Amino acid sequence: MTVEELRGNSEGGDRNYDNFPVGMRVLAVDDDPICLKLLDGLLRKCQYHVTTTSQARAALKMLRENKDRFDLVISDVHMPDMDGFKLLELVGLEMDLPVIMLSANSDPKLVMKGVTHGACDYLVKPVRIEELRNIWQHVIRRKKFDTNKQGKSTYEDKALQGHGDVCQGHQNTGTTDQNGKLNKKRKDEEDESEDTGNDHEDPATQKKPRVVWSIELHRKFVAAVNQLGIEKAVPKRILDLMNVEGLTRENVASHLQKYRLYLKRISSVATQQANMVAALGGKDAAYMRMSTLDGFGDFRTLTGSGRLSNPAFASYTQGGMLGRLNSPAGINLRNLASPTVVHPSHAQTLNNSTGTLGKLHPAVSPASQTASVFQGVPSSLELDQLQQNKSAMHIGDFNPMDDSRIFGAPSAFTDARALAINSNSNLTGVPNNSLMLQGNSQQILAGGGFVDQSSFPSESFNRDVGVSSKFVDHGRTNENWQSAVQLSKFPSNALAPNDSFSQGQLPLSNVRDNNSSARPHQQNSPLGFSSTATTAAPLEDSRGEIQCQEGLVSSSVQNLSQASAQRWGVSKQSYSLNSNNSFSTLNPQASPPLSQSMGQTGITDRRMDMCLTDQSGVGISSFLQHSQVENPTTGSRTRSGEDYMLEQIRPQGGFVPNSYDSLDDLMSAIKREPNGSMFDGDMGFDAYQFGSCI
Amino acid sequence: MERNQLRRKLANMRQSLFEQGYLDEQFTQLEELQDDANPNFVEEVVTLFYRDSARTIQNIEQALEKNPLDFAQLDSYMHQFKGSCSSIGAVKVKSESTQFRNYCKEGNAEGCRRTFHQLKKEYAALKKKLELYFQYARQAGPDETACRPK
Repeated sequence: MTVEELRGNSEGGDRNYDNFPVGMRVLAVDDDPICLKLLDGLLRKCQYHVTTTSQARAALKMLRENKDRFDLVISDVHMPDMDGFKLLELVGLEMDLPVIMLSANSDPKLVMKGVTHGACDYLVKPVRIEELRNIWQHVIRRKKFDTNKQGKSTYEDKALQGHGDVCQGHQNTGTTDQNGKLNKKRKDEEDESEDTGNDHEDPATQKKPRVVWSIELHRKFVAAVNQLGIEKAVPKRILDLMNVEGLTRENVASHLQKYRLYLKRISSVATQQANMVAALGGKDAAYMRMSTLDGFGDFRTLTGSGRLSNPAFASYTQGGMLGRLNSPAGINLRNLASPTVVHPSHAQTLNNSTGTLGKLHPAVSPASQTASVFQGVPSSLELDQLQQNKSAMHIGDFNPMDDSRIFGAPSAFTDARALAINSNSNLTGVPNNSLMLQGNSQQILAGGGFVDQSSFPSESFNRDVGVSSKFVDHGRTNENWQSAVQLSKFPSNALAPNDSFSQGQLPLSNVRDNNSSARPHQQNSPLGFSSTATTAAPLEDSRGEIQCQEGLVSSSVQNLSQASAQRWGVSKQSYSLNSNNSFSTLNPQASPPLSQSMGQTGITDRRMDMCLTDQSGVGISSFLQHSQVENPTTGSRTRSGEDYMLEQIRPQGGFVPNSYDSLDDLMSAIKREPNGSMFDGDMGFDAYQFGSCI
Repeated sequence: MERNQLRRKLANMRQSLFEQGYLDEQFTQLEELQDDANPNFVEEVVTLFYRDSARTIQNIEQALEKNPLDFAQLDSYMHQFKGSCSSIGAVKVKSESTQFRNYCKEGNAEGCRRTFHQLKKEYAALKKKLELYFQYARQAGPDETACRPK
């Protein structure tokens, strides 16, 4: 054994790896002295530097004292003082060292458990020296990917674990390219936000396989963030809590960044406009989704009047969305998840409200239902900000709609929720929108949670349509954040907002009419919204439309659609793309064109988003649908139905697309109010300058 | 010479241990780990095994006297014991412990006791053989005897 080498190497984290793996510092933990001795002998034979202990606590202490003291940890599963998996988790979380599990039990369930808890490898006793000779690869791999992160890790992890959402997502999206694109987009969008988590990432520069933030993943993410508290949520901890194989800290970090942006957006948008925007833009989508989730019904209603008719749908969306949103958002809407969560409740409310979407008022009724949901949600979410803003906004705005309800919910989202809420609010009065919008921009995407929202009953969404517009605006969020905010403003009109979205938000306007056509805003939003987070995917229905915002919506919408805030990050980007693209077209009435354009752009964006999040898949699908549906104005929120499905399914990807459909509706709705005053009319949104949004 | 004889004897002993299924290749692995830096590695490990597992055996015995039997606890003990056995390559003992665990899972108290009795027998038998083996090994000379003939 080259003690000298080891000693020399022990100086610091940066050991001298000339002779690597010789001298690799291993910490072996096993309560069985025989096994420990054997391990010791085997490892020394491999020329590693070995430290042994039979106490897990002692091991932890050693590790904590000096994080650079060891390269690798080998731990037994069955230990009296601490469960091996627990130790594994802690080490991974705190020190981020590779950990190999060891056990006499080769039960696949245990092996799986090891994998899911983050173990690099699982060895069965008795251990053979051949197996130990290769363990150094885990150290190298981790180091290497540590910097690369994100994409690579996923691959690596995949290789290592061949499992994990990430991988799957990745595969699903199959959009490595897109990912790459998304990455870039993300980067752009994230410019503002400091990458808190991404310490080492080298984001856009590397073309790593993209992690697709599926709804599931995003939900987990949001849950983790919520659990930790947005302030304290650091990637590593989040990663640990999420416990997903193949997901790297980088991935989480960047996603967190996006989520934060999203939340920021939501809160800023909280002001009604945001809501409206949410509804409008894709971004809003995200949030619309969120809110839409609840309000989705609204949203949808907004966009697709047809959809609204599905109160159940709305409620469904809401519930679903909420659920989704809630889950991620519930925990920490922070990132988007929250927003999404918010939406659901909101969405519901929205949906409820969407009934009346036309004005949001009526629609509000459904929203009322959701309102409760949301209301509950808001609390969980960071919506506070939004809520306050929004609730004020929306509720007031919506009036008819149970704005309060909507608000309640949206508020919850406040952050991301804002988006969602916005969307929801749209329905109700677009309070959601504001909420959504606010959060939308960023959050809305975060609203990835929204994404779920997308599922919101478009109906509710419709109401939100105004909101969605918000979202949509959000979508634009990056750019149109402001607008999104404005959109959120709409939300008050909630329904109107869609109209006001006129920009793209038209869908909202449609929504208004339809209430169910809440989609309109969605649509609108998608167009413009997609710009950012709105990706929240046009609330399912509107998602497509909202996706218009592609950028916005995409983000938000997608998020929404994805429900898994994951899209959030992605969506945002894509949304922006989408929204940008679509938006322009949307405006005029573009709902159809929007949808189309959006569809195209949105779709592409979505794709990107989709790829991004994988989850967005939903969004995308919805998006696609939306685009297809493009029959905008047709109040055919039926599309929303489709979109909805899409949204639901894909909150992630389809984020934007949804908006399109809704866009159409929105457009029509908005058309009514030619200039962004769409919302004014009904929603009383500030005619969010949709155009501006866009 | 005596030394050679000893060595041959040792080799034979070793061979028979393998052939009779007392030890498996894991034991060989232990032997491979023995080198100049660890001249008595194998013996150390085996000694450690008997010392540590004696405690486990005692625990199991006590647990078997309880009524009703706590199968989960028994299984847990045996799991640990099994891990140790496999680490040194004590095949027969290990298979008995596997059987014991099966009975635990079934909740078969009688089966557990029976198996445990058998396990103790094997455990003791191997211990004797190994003790003798190491005795010869020490006599035959540190390096060559302990290691596998090259």
